[in-house]
This record gives sequence, structure tokens and C-alpha cells, in this order.
Amino acid sequence: MAEDLLAVQDLEKHFPVTRGIIFQKEVARVRAVDGVSFTIKKGETLGVVGESGCGKSTMARCVMRLLDSTGGSIVFDGQDITKLKGSSLMRIRREMMMVFQDPYASLNPRKRVGAIIGEALEVHKIGTAAENKKRVQELLDVVGLNPEHYNRFPHEFSGGQRQRIGVARALAIRPKLVVCDEPVSALDVSVQAQILNLLKRLQREFDLTYMFIAHDLDVVRHISDRVAVMYLGKVVEVAEGSELYDHPQHPYTGALLSAIPIPNPDVARARKPVVLEGDVPSPINPPSACRFHPRCPRFQAGTCDVDEPQLTSAGDNGHLKACHFPLESWPLSDLRLPSGASTG
Amino acid sequence: MRGSTRGSGWASGGLGRLTAVALLDVRDLKTQFRTDDGIVGAVDGVSFSVEKGKTLAIVGESGCGKSVTCLTIMGLNPRAKTVSTGEAVFKGRNLLELPPSELRTVRGSEISMIFQDPMTSLNPVHSIGKQLREAVQLHAETTKAAASKRALEMLKAVGIPRAETRLEDYPHQFSGGMRQRVMIAMALINNPDLLIADEPTTALDVTTQAQILKLMNDLQRDFGSAIILITHDLGVVAETADEVLVMYAAKPAEQGTYSDVFYHAHHPYTWGLMRSLPRLATQGQELKPIAGSPPSLLRPPPGCRFHLRCPYAMEVCRTTEPEFASVEGSDLHRAACHLDEATKKREAETLVAETMASTG
Repeated sequence: MAEDLLAVQDLEKHFPVTRGIIFQKEVARVRAVDGVSFTIKKGETLGVVGESGCGKSTMARCVMRLLDSTGGSIVFDGQDITKLKGSSLMRIRREMMMVFQDPYASLNPRKRVGAIIGEALEVHKIGTAAENKKRVQELLDVVGLNPEHYNRFPHEFSGGQRQRIGVARALAIRPKLVVCDEPVSALDVSVQAQILNLLKRLQREFDLTYMFIAHDLDVVRHISDRVAVMYLGKVVEVAEGSELYDHPQHPYTGALLSAIPIPNPDVARARKPVVLEGDVPSPINPPSACRFHPRCPRFQAGTCDVDEPQLTSAGDNGHLKACHFPLESWPLSDLRLPSGASTG
Repeated sequence: MRGSTRGSGWASGGLGRLTAVALLDVRDLKTQFRTDDGIVGAVDGVSFSVEKGKTLAIVGESGCGKSVTCLTIMGLNPRAKTVSTGEAVFKGRNLLELPPSELRTVRGSEISMIFQDPMTSLNPVHSIGKQLREAVQLHAETTKAAASKRALEMLKAVGIPRAETRLEDYPHQFSGGMRQRVMIAMALINNPDLLIADEPTTALDVTTQAQILKLMNDLQRDFGSAIILITHDLGVVAETADEVLVMYAAKPAEQGTYSDVFYHAHHPYTWGLMRSLPRLATQGQELKPIAGSPPSLLRPPPGCRFHLRCPYAMEVCRTTEPEFASVEGSDLHRAACHLDEATKKREAETLVAETMASTG
């Protein structure tokens, strides 16, 4: 359990914004992922949360080597895979798979379910056709579908069933790491719970390691061992699930947590949510120093807009935070700094 | 106006219970679509009423008829393929019988709607200023200048920063949350008495969702509008609703005040929805989802429509459709289930103990 399956160090992905037709001059860069570091241990689930546009998906695609990163390193199972090419990259691709958000768009409507799930087996030349067919039918059974569904088309299935097909496809080549990019966001709550249970059961059975990206914080808490909070291309806080939810340190985490609607009217109506002003700024010209400072209720001029906070230890169990003025306690009805506590 | 405030206009309701004279009174609404495969009963016998300044939440899985209910009230279903019966009385007029020309004067001025997807509900080739002005000028004889002034006021009211400079911007220049604000501004620009919000925050992040919910709450307080909120997020319901209608496969499953539905739920489907939610209390445990998926409305199952997925299903559930009956000792609370009262009470208590204890 203690061994790291994935170690990401200072990962950067900048997209150039160009102008001109022949001489494409770079006029700006979108800093989608800008110096992200984290590790995932074997058998663990790392949850990644953050608002849309904070770079969660780009980061996942870089880790999967679907996008080439512009900086930093990705070490998978002891091997640096950042710059792998050709057959060695192909070998690594057998070890990691992805489950996508939209079960309607991520399955090819013109292929039969059997071909969709078995495609990876074919690509990696694993087994004979007959063996693969048997394997796919077993997988259909494992994810709670009927092996007779082998010859059906995706449109014959409901959203939840399609997502089960997506999960079966990810498991076909027995990967070590499965990256789930918002796998339940498009589903109804009852079906969402079915898929969450399925993912947890498969993790135990097949010894999987998950990176689980979602914007629903309750879902992430349910499934993750550790959670990383991203804001505008940076990780601002990482901690074990319960630690993060019970003792958040970064004001952004605090604001996210207080914005979760609570399905209990008496509690929901009694509390005062901290409503963050404004939107996530553009990653083309991100705010200087701490990127959260223009929206931060604890902003201190002269510190937060000058000096960029580093991801540093905050207590035990590997709780990391990047903030100059972390929250003292939780829950707080007011995230602002207590008066007189300013250190300048 | 008679009956506009609670307590002044009490009258005996058609079903033997006391109701305030409501802004919108929907009785036994049924909507059927003719399709190539046969007739789909998308809404089948829904009744509710909404009072001024109150919020009714309609909850249920995709395809249960929540949106169609509201589209029917608004007269937005394709006419050639739809048959609607029942009544939807809004300020004394049955909306289902109004001729299209008259309905058009109601729609957008007295009743307006916020759609789910802010990315596709605004016209991409017109500036938002133009789209807002259009909403004003359709319903009132005003000059362009006056309409612009009103548009600007509304943009400020919904919290768009530097509204003056943004009036001539196009939808793509706004973020998702800002577009949803523009949608809300457009819906409220004629001070509607009733606002129908179809999943207004589903496409948004939690932080933006909190902003939009607060905004709707503030606007309701200031303008006294009634709101029908369609959602599948029980968290949002808990925060905002006065009354809740739970729908399953085109039929009402349970209806009542928020406290009836959250703390004294009487229908196994409502229990299932509550148990499906990951909460602090379910940490490290298996979630208890509702098995299976909703039935096809082309050929709904006989008896209780929920019996195929219901862990409490009995013989009677397979054959006889349960009555949508009042729950003892409550004016508003109704549920459609054959289970006996004692079991329901016991299960409701267990559920509250299981799920509510440690939220917060």
C-alpha cells in the first residue's frame, strides 16, 4: 500500500494562443496546468475537485499521455513516462485506462458493445478472438450487464448502463490505474449510487488504483482516500478525505465545502453559506502570486498578491496546503481573517 | 388582490382540504405524446398549487415528466403531437384552453421560464442587450431607450459586474454562471408572477450554484414571485423549497411540505432517493441505490409503477394501482403506496436516523 504508483512532479501544460496564418506568432499562453505535484499510492483513490476550467481534465489527460505536457515529470510504477514514445509508450498504455464523463458521447454509436469493450484487447494484441469474446462477456457480467448484450448497440442502453459499458471497457486490459473523469456527473442520483458502488467493488476485486475527478464534493468524499483541491491550474490543498472535509485549511476549500447543498432542510436553512464572489479568472493571465487572492475573503495586500504560497505541510497525515493565512477552525460562518490577526 | 396573501382568501379545495386561493392551480394534468411507437403518457394525473412568494420543487429521475409538466403549463409542447387534459388555472384562466395568441401574452410576462442549459438557451448571434430588450418590447409599448434602461437595471439586479459595458456583448463572452444570470434577468425582466426554473443550476459548479440560488432567493423576496423549481438535486430542494412534489414514471409519488417529504417520507421511492445520496453517514459503506432503472412510459408496468424496483413490493402492488391518498393528520401530505401506515412511519423514522443524523 505504501508504494507510489504514480508520482507527478511540477506538471505543466501550457497551450499557446497564436495569431497569424503562416507565421503563427505566440501571443499568449493558456496556463491550464501550472506546476502540479501529487502522488497516488497503489490501491488508493485520489479525488480531484475544483471548478470548471481549473485544469482537472487537462491534468488527467497529461497523466494518461493523451496530451504532451510542457514541463515537469510523470513517474508511473517507477518509470519516468513523461517523454516515452513508440513501443515503450504502447506498453505503458496497457497499464492505464480512462472512464469518461458523458456516457452518450464516449461510446461509438456505430460499434457493437462487444467491439467497444474488446477494442483495447485487439489493439494490444492480447489473446485470440475467441478468448477475447469470452473475456468481454465475463466483463459484461462483472459490471452488472447481461453477457447476451455483446451484440447490441450503445443506443439500446440507458445512461447508467452505458456508463457500465464504459467501466467494462476500461477494465478490459486489466490496467493498474483507472482515471475516472467525472464518471457520474451525467447520471441521476439512484443510478449514480449504483455506479459508485460498482467502482468500489471493482477496486477491491481487481486491485485498482483510481484517480477520480468530479465536481460533486459529496461523491468525491464517498469514494476517495485522499482528495486534492485544484484552483486555476494549481493544487491548493491535499489531504486525507475526512481530514480535508473536517479541517479544511485553504479558504477556497472552505468556500467549496460551504457551498455544497445539504439534503437536510433544517441544517441547510440554519447555516450561512459563504458565497464566493465572481468567477474563476482566465488562465491566460492568471492573477499574480496566490491565484485565489482576488476572490479570497482572507486576502491581505502586500502578502497574497506578492508572494506565492507554496504547498507546505499542515499537520499530520500528509495534509498539504498552499496558503499564507489558513483557516483556524471549521466550520466557520465567516471566512474572513479575525481582526488583528493580520501579520502583513 | 383577493386571496393574494395567506389567510385572507381561504376557500374549500376541491379535494376536501383547505387551500389558499393559489396563483397557479393545476388539477389532474395529463399529457400524452403521439410517437411512432405508440402513445407515451408523459404526465399522468399531476395536481398541485403554487402560492405567491412560495417555492414548489418538482423532483424525480430523468424522464419522469417533471419538465413536460412545466412545458405543458407554458403551452410549449408541439401542438400537433400532444394531447393535454386537466386544468392549469392561472389567475382565473385555464392556460390549457387559452388560444395561442393569448397564451403568448402571458408567457414571458406573467409566467416565465429559466432553462437548464445556459450555453444553448441564449441566441448566439444577438447581443444580450438586444435579447433582453426584445423580452421587454414584446409585452409593452416602450421605446428602445426605455427598454435598454430596463435591461440594464435587470443586469445590475442579477449581479453582472460593469453591466453598462456588457449590454452589447454576445453570449460567448460570458461564463456559464454569468449566462445563467442573464437568463434569470431575461426571465424576470417583466416582473413575472410565476417563475418556472428547469434545473437552473445543474450545469453549474457548486460555488456558482450557491450564487444563483441566493440570487433567486433574494429576487423572490423582493418581487414576491412564486417559483416552480425542477431539479433532481435533493440538496437544492432542501435549501429552497416550501413544498415538494416527487414524481415517478409520469405520476405523482409523494407530495407535501419540505418537512413532510424530508422527515416523514411515506413513499419507498422517496426513501430510495434519499438513501442514494452519498453523505457523511455513508462514509466507507455501500450506498443503497434504487435497483434497476425507470420503466418505459410507452408500456408502463401494471399496478404501482414503482413495484419492479421497490424492495417493499407486495402482491397487491403488482395488480392494483395505489391511490394518491392523503396522509393521516396532514393537510398537504399525500403519497401513493399500498404499504400500511405503521410500516411507513417506522421506515421514515429509520431513514431519518440513518441519513440526517450527521449531515452538517
